[in-house]
Amino acid sequence: MKIPSSFNRSLWVFHLNTGSCNGCEIEIVATITPRYDPERFGIRLVGSPKHADVLLVTGPVTKKMAPRVRRVFEQVPDPKVVMCIGTCGQSGGVFYDSYNLDGPIDQVIPVDVYVPGCPPRPEAIVFGVVKALQKLERLEAEQ
Amino acid sequence: MSAEKAKKTVPYTVPIGPVHPALKEPVMFTFGMEGEIVRTVDFAPGQTHRGIEWMGMRRNPVQIVHLTDRICGICGIVHSLSFARAVEQIAEIEVPERADYIRTILHELERIQSHLLWAGVAAHELGFDSLFYLAWRVREQSMDLIENLTGNRVNYGIVQIGGVRRDISDEQRALVEKGLDYYQGLLDQMATLFLKDSTILMRCRGHGILSWDDARLLCTVGPTARASGLNMDVRQDYPYCAYGDLDVKAILPPPETGGPQGDVYDRIIVRLLEVGQSIGIIRQCLGQLPAGEILWEPKMAKLLSVLKKAEGEGIGRVEAPRGECMHYVKMAGKEAPDSWKVKASSYSNLMSWIPMLQGEQLADIPIIVASIDPCLSCTDRVAVTRNGRSDILTKEDLTRLSREKTRRMMQ
Repeated sequence: MKIPSSFNRSLWVFHLNTGSCNGCEIEIVATITPRYDPERFGIRLVGSPKHADVLLVTGPVTKKMAPRVRRVFEQVPDPKVVMCIGTCGQSGGVFYDSYNLDGPIDQVIPVDVYVPGCPPRPEAIVFGVVKALQKLERLEAEQ
Repeated sequence: MSAEKAKKTVPYTVPIGPVHPALKEPVMFTFGMEGEIVRTVDFAPGQTHRGIEWMGMRRNPVQIVHLTDRICGICGIVHSLSFARAVEQIAEIEVPERADYIRTILHELERIQSHLLWAGVAAHELGFDSLFYLAWRVREQSMDLIENLTGNRVNYGIVQIGGVRRDISDEQRALVEKGLDYYQGLLDQMATLFLKDSTILMRCRGHGILSWDDARLLCTVGPTARASGLNMDVRQDYPYCAYGDLDVKAILPPPETGGPQGDVYDRIIVRLLEVGQSIGIIRQCLGQLPAGEILWEPKMAKLLSVLKKAEGEGIGRVEAPRGECMHYVKMAGKEAPDSWKVKASSYSNLMSWIPMLQGEQLADIPIIVASIDPCLSCTDRVAVTRNGRSDILTKEDLTRLSREKTRRMMQ
C-alpha cells in the first residue's frame, strides 16, 4: 500500500468493549504486541477517546452499554473512523436472539469498517486498520 | 470553609468505569476517597450481560456447546467442558479415555495461555510494558499450539458432548512436546523477572491483602483463594477428566517467599507456579495418552436423539484458570434444557475486591483489580427488565425469587 502524502500523523486507536466475550479484546491486544507490531506504523492503543482517530468497537452492544457507546463516539474528534470487530457486533452472531441487546453496533453508531470473525485473527484486524486509514485519508482530503 | 461544607466534600467520590483504560472490560466502580486512600468501594457489574442462559434454553445441547465457548473468550474450553460434563452426567454418556486425555491437555494449554495473558496485563498495569510485551510474545507460541490442535486461536470449539472433535496426531504430539520444552526454559526467565524485580516486589508485596478468613468467608476460588492459603483445587479435590490418573496438588505460595500472605505478589507467584504445573500435567498426559475413539457417538443425529430423551439434573465442575467454574443443567426429555445455570469463577472472586481495596491508594487500584484476574463476561448473568425499565433487586428480593425458583423446580 502506498502511504498518501497527506499522512501527517500516527493513527491512534481507542478500544471500546460493549459486552463482548473477551475473545476480540485479547485478539486486539495480541495485535499490538511484538509479533504483529503495528506500532512501527504509528498505530497504537490510547487511553482516551479524545486522543483517538479510530474507534474499535467489539461486542453486541448490551442495553446497559448503548448510551455509553454513543457518548464515547461523540468524544472522538472528527475526522474519525469506527471499526466493528467481530461477528457479534455485525449481526449479533451467536447472541442474535438475546433480549438484552441494542445492537448490532451499526444500529447505535455509524460504522465504517467491518472486520468479521469470531474472533477475527490479528492479521484481519491489522488489515481492517489499513482500510480505516485509507478512509481517514479520504475524509481528510474532503475536509 | 464551614464544617458542614467540609463534611460534604470528604470523602470524595471517584467513579471509575465502565469505560476506562485501566479496565479491560466494562464494570463501574465507585470509590470513596480520603486524599489518596480508598475508604469505601462499590462496584456495579452487569454491562456485559447478554442473556446466554436464556438463549441456551431455546437451543439443543450441541448448539449450546458453541454458545458456551462464547461465554468468555479466554476460558474457551472451561465453560464448554463444564457444560458437556453436566449433560454427559444426565444422559449417562461415557466419554472415551482418549477424549478425556485430550480434554485435559487442552485444558492445561488454556491455563498456560490464560496465566501468561494475565501476567502481561498485570505487568502493563504496573507500567512495566516491556515485560507485558515479553509475556504476550511468549503467549503467541501457546496460541500457535492451540491453533494447531483445535483449528482456532480463541473459541476453540473442540469439545463435543461425549468427547472431542479433533484427535492429536503423532506430528502434533511432537509439536506440543517441543512447545513445552520452550516454555520450561522460558518460565525460569519469567520467574526471575517477576519474582526478583524490585519494582514488582515494591508495588505488589503487602498490597491488596485478602486474609485467610476473608478468602474463606467470601467463598473465593482458584489462585485468589490459594494465594490466601486456602488449599483448594477442583483438580485435586474432585478429579475429573484425566486428573484422577495424574499427580495434581493445589499450589500454595511456597515457604521460600514467606508462605501465603494473600497479597498481590502471592497471586503472581501462584499463577507462575501453576504454569510450571500445567507443563508437567501435559507431559504426563502425553506420556500416558491411551489409544482409542475420541467420540462416544460420532453420528450427530443419533447423539441428538439420545440427548432429546435424557432426563435429570447434572452438575459439571472444572478448575478454570481463575478458579472453580460450575454449570448446572436440568433436562426434561425435550430438545432444549429445562434449566441452565452458569457459576463462573470470577463470580465468586469479585466480592474479594472490597476488603482488598480498602485502605489502599488510588494508584494501586488497577493492579489490585487485575490481581484476581476478573472475567466479567463470564460473570454478568443477572439483569431484570420489567415493563421496559431495569430494576435493581435488593437482597431480599433476590432471596425471595431464588426460593420461588427452587419451589418451581422441585415441582
